[in-house]
Amino acid sequence: MIDPVTIRLYFFSGVLLLLGLGMLLLGVRLVRGPSLADRVVALDLLGVFAAGGICIYAMETGRTGIMAVAILIALMAFLSTVAFAHYIQRGAK
Amino acid sequence: MALNEYIGAAVALSGAVFMLLAAVGVLRMPDTLMRMQVSTKVSTLGIALISGGAAIWLGSLMAAVAALLIIVLFMFTAPVAAHLISRAAYRHGEGLYHRTKLPEKKELGSEDH
Repeated sequence: MIDPVTIRLYFFSGVLLLLGLGMLLLGVRLVRGPSLADRVVALDLLGVFAAGGICIYAMETGRTGIMAVAILIALMAFLSTVAFAHYIQRGAK
Repeated sequence: MALNEYIGAAVALSGAVFMLLAAVGVLRMPDTLMRMQVSTKVSTLGIALISGGAAIWLGSLMAAVAALLIIVLFMFTAPVAAHLISRAAYRHGEGLYHRTKLPEKKELGSEDH
């Protein structure tokens, strides 16, 4: 039986590794994206990744109030995406 | 570690796997609209699993309420944002993948809907 401290360490390292790898792939798409819409999609998903990372941080520290930050980041990502959509559509005219 | 921490860890780990799959899809899909679709659906599932796992791990009422707020917020805002971006991109004239087949435009009032 592995002791709980090791399981906890493996769990947090694994989850943060997965999230970090995903953010790296999104950074590739953000730099390489052929159009502005691709970059906006990558930025939106980066916001979702940040919210997920904050949930993981709340798990690790045991502080529940940090999860409110994830709600705020989700709201900011949504508003910025809407603003970018407006901007793209305006540029089309 | 208590039992709820093991369950929460498993749920959050599966959510992180879904988030990674969303990122892989955004990187690998050939088309802006396809990338949008992957980023919306899979990341909504991923963030729901991660915040639900965090709520199970923390095991308090406030954490459950926060997780529920996050899930509801994403389920309301993600389709709206994806719709706005895809409409703007399509009107802007983004190229579609060369194997995409568009249905013929139907006349209004025709019999076969």
